[in-house]
Amino acid sequence: MTLSTTSQMTWIDIGATTDIPRRGARCVVTPQGKIAVFRTADDRFFAIEDHCPHKGGPLSQGIVHDAAVTCPLHNWVISLETGKAQGADEGSVRTIPLRHEGEKLYIALDVAMRRAG
Amino acid sequence: MSQDDKIPSAASDGPLRLVVIGNGMAPGRMLEHLLGEAPGRYRITIFNAEPRVNYDRIMLSPVLSGEKDYEQIVIHGDGWYIKNGITLYKGHKIVAIDRVAKTVTSDHGVTEGYDKLVIATGSTPIILPVPGNDLAGVLSFRDLDDVNAMLLAAQSRSKAVVIGGGLLGLEAAAGLKSHGMDVTVLHLMPTLMERQLDSAAGYLLQQAVEARGIKVITKANTKAILGMRKVEGVELADGTIIPATLVVMAAGIRPNGALAKRAGLEINRGIVVDAQMQTSDPDIFALGECAEIGGHTYGLVAPLYEMARVLAARLAGRDASGFVHNDTPTKLKVTGIDLFSVGDFADGEDRQEIVLRHASAGIYKRLVLKDNRIIGTVLFGETGDGAWFNDLKKKSVDISDMRETLIFGQSYQGGAPLDPTAAVAALPDDAEICGCNGVCKGKITGAIASKGLTSLDDVRAHTKASASCGSCTGLVEQLLKLSLGGTYNPAAVQPMCNCTDLGHDDVRRLIRARGLKTIPALMQALEWKTSCGCARCRPALNYYLVCEWPDEYADDYQSRFINERAHANIQKDGTYSVVPRMWGGVTSAAELRAIADVVDKFAIPTVKVTGGQRIDMLGVKKEDLPAVWADLGRAGFVSGHAYAKGIRTVKTCVGSDWCRFGTQDSTGLGIRIEKFMWGSWTPAKVKMAVSGCPRNCAEATCKDVGVICVDSGYEIHFAGAAGLDIKGTEVLGLVKTEDDALKVIVALVQMYREQARYLERIYKWAKRVGIEEIRRQILGDAAKRKAYFDRFVFSQKFAQVDPWSERVSRLHKHEFKPMAVIDFAPAAE
Repeated sequence: MTLSTTSQMTWIDIGATTDIPRRGARCVVTPQGKIAVFRTADDRFFAIEDHCPHKGGPLSQGIVHDAAVTCPLHNWVISLETGKAQGADEGSVRTIPLRHEGEKLYIALDVAMRRAG
Repeated sequence: MSQDDKIPSAASDGPLRLVVIGNGMAPGRMLEHLLGEAPGRYRITIFNAEPRVNYDRIMLSPVLSGEKDYEQIVIHGDGWYIKNGITLYKGHKIVAIDRVAKTVTSDHGVTEGYDKLVIATGSTPIILPVPGNDLAGVLSFRDLDDVNAMLLAAQSRSKAVVIGGGLLGLEAAAGLKSHGMDVTVLHLMPTLMERQLDSAAGYLLQQAVEARGIKVITKANTKAILGMRKVEGVELADGTIIPATLVVMAAGIRPNGALAKRAGLEINRGIVVDAQMQTSDPDIFALGECAEIGGHTYGLVAPLYEMARVLAARLAGRDASGFVHNDTPTKLKVTGIDLFSVGDFADGEDRQEIVLRHASAGIYKRLVLKDNRIIGTVLFGETGDGAWFNDLKKKSVDISDMRETLIFGQSYQGGAPLDPTAAVAALPDDAEICGCNGVCKGKITGAIASKGLTSLDDVRAHTKASASCGSCTGLVEQLLKLSLGGTYNPAAVQPMCNCTDLGHDDVRRLIRARGLKTIPALMQALEWKTSCGCARCRPALNYYLVCEWPDEYADDYQSRFINERAHANIQKDGTYSVVPRMWGGVTSAAELRAIADVVDKFAIPTVKVTGGQRIDMLGVKKEDLPAVWADLGRAGFVSGHAYAKGIRTVKTCVGSDWCRFGTQDSTGLGIRIEKFMWGSWTPAKVKMAVSGCPRNCAEATCKDVGVICVDSGYEIHFAGAAGLDIKGTEVLGLVKTEDDALKVIVALVQMYREQARYLERIYKWAKRVGIEEIRRQILGDAAKRKAYFDRFVFSQKFAQVDPWSERVSRLHKHEFKPMAVIDFAPAAE
């Protein structure tokens, strides 16, 4: 199977906002690996690669505080907005475009990511 | 970026090609400087003979002793190389340099061209030329592979011999000893570390090492290593034979210049370089342990980092001061042994010395003077003034005026004794604080002021001071205190985290006093500085609230660490391990059969017996956890809470039921304690044990709480440790009956639950509040004991719920399933 290489974004329905607890996260499984979808205390939603830039820890399993998550393996703090490691640590994860319409959540998988596989 | 004339550009346009042979700390630091000074100037390729990234070799000793793991000592993770566009060939050893074609070739056949080449091949351990030196079980102590091999060998807990009583040898010996090996150090010279210590300090060091149960034989001339295929022992020249299954050669290092020599570069002891790190070929540089400058080669990190600075400036095309030889102070990284030495301390006619001895305190200080200037310092037992003495030495200060009081240290000068902060305050700005990273006082205070640093961690992150061996941590804390005044006082109140200025004890007190019953209410009332805390304060607050209001507080699931949310232990690959409870370590055929069936059904890759007398199933996928628990639950298993800051295990021996020495039913008591206390959350994990007699087969004397059964009753122990720290228990007291034992233990644990700071183990809490005070409240005050006991019993009403069966019945089911699974086929156009 070859994948589309169009530059258009394809928005994919991943479920309802209520599927994710506040200050929590859920995973979305894709052929290119897991994506972590977060919900903050004030009901903002973010999607990033579920893979800490440090040692690949599953960020979806971390503790969510403000718009950041602390990796469960070695406590790196990653910004959900930028994907960048906070504090003195350096590194970043890919952020995934996410749209939030009413109760529905959509993420966009861009061409680069789809071709990466 | 401006091009510099000093370095010719490559034949083609674009960046120059820089090839680095070796990936140790020196080239790593050099590249950090270079990338900072001249980003994009080079296309960088590194060949590393070791199959890994750059890690902190100074910290191999703490890895060996178990105080740190490999992950914690990595300096540059894979991401760093990717981010900086560096190609790293792991496990590639360069076998040839072609200086005419300007290429290097690796043992895997990769050939790479260079414009500039850096050789950083380090050093090789000296292997004594004695028979048997190639037997299996003979190791050196240079890299992570050596440490891993030693850790494996240490599992046997048998006998080890370390050849060499220098810095490395003693650290190896202490590490092996901490894993329970029977260790003997062989040293050729009459006293230990004779190159860094005079004989008096060497003798004190030997006593301190022997006090740790390590045997030391000096004047030991190794004749042969004995054994057929594997090491069986070491034979000395005087005929003594020492049995051993592991021999560690730590007899010194030799600069590794073999590759450079084959390439025709000038070699003496090391690869000869000038003060700008250039070898006899103008396009080839060397740095690190393989380099020789002005007749000196180096093995300590400070001069190697200095070389890194010099070479980076040179490669960046910048004029910078060249490398200057400086004596580097020596410190030993063995917990509890303080020694410091720098400079020259040999006797001589033109020299005088000042010596201070304090035998009962184990203190020895000696300053060697020449022309009224310090040229050497040896400190043992109390090393706080090392930085000051070294500074006086470096600057050649005339000490005639303070000669009488010099040895008492800096705080003694100028009349009244000063406090340690004042001593640090008196240091000049260019006084070196961190020897490993060459960070001076001015740089640290400057960073504190300009970057607004407020904690030790901040200083480590921004200046690297105290970030390598950590022995200057005290000095750095003094500088923080000095710079920040009243706002920094680590001894008094350490804030819980960056979200508040309040310490743990204040928060606990205010929860009670103000009746705070939820995390948002608490954060509001106590003026938290962040909107919803962080990963450090939230789990602590959740625990404090659970403990304080067991019936009213609704546990905040999202404030628990993943292990306590998933009720299993997360592993490095994101899978989990599952440990069912085995009461008192007793099991049955039916239970074992159920475990075997689960392992087969879910294809669990590893099954292991734990230290707490249970069975650990490792590598379970998160999605499988509820089904695994369901099957285990049907066989009667509940969660072992092996993941929790809570009651873990009660280890037992077989006691009077089977053992001919058993005095009481230790198994029965252990099971009774575990059934009474399981499910309780505690500030940190609580591991217990009950031994049926003083032979102590259940190892109760290194547990958080332990019982030793004796004929006359039950000896209650507590505050032991056998992890990062090793500490025997304290005896709380003797009680007559099993019922009394249970009551005392429960009251003790409740007192700990109510007073300790989150993540503070019992032994640390006990040290803080005092053993006597705990004994007074638990044994001396019946009313207090009963109140503690009653509060524990009350809280158990809400805590003793098996979390596994709750989740099998679909509580928190979102935790275990992905939200969505995306297959690309339908989305494709």
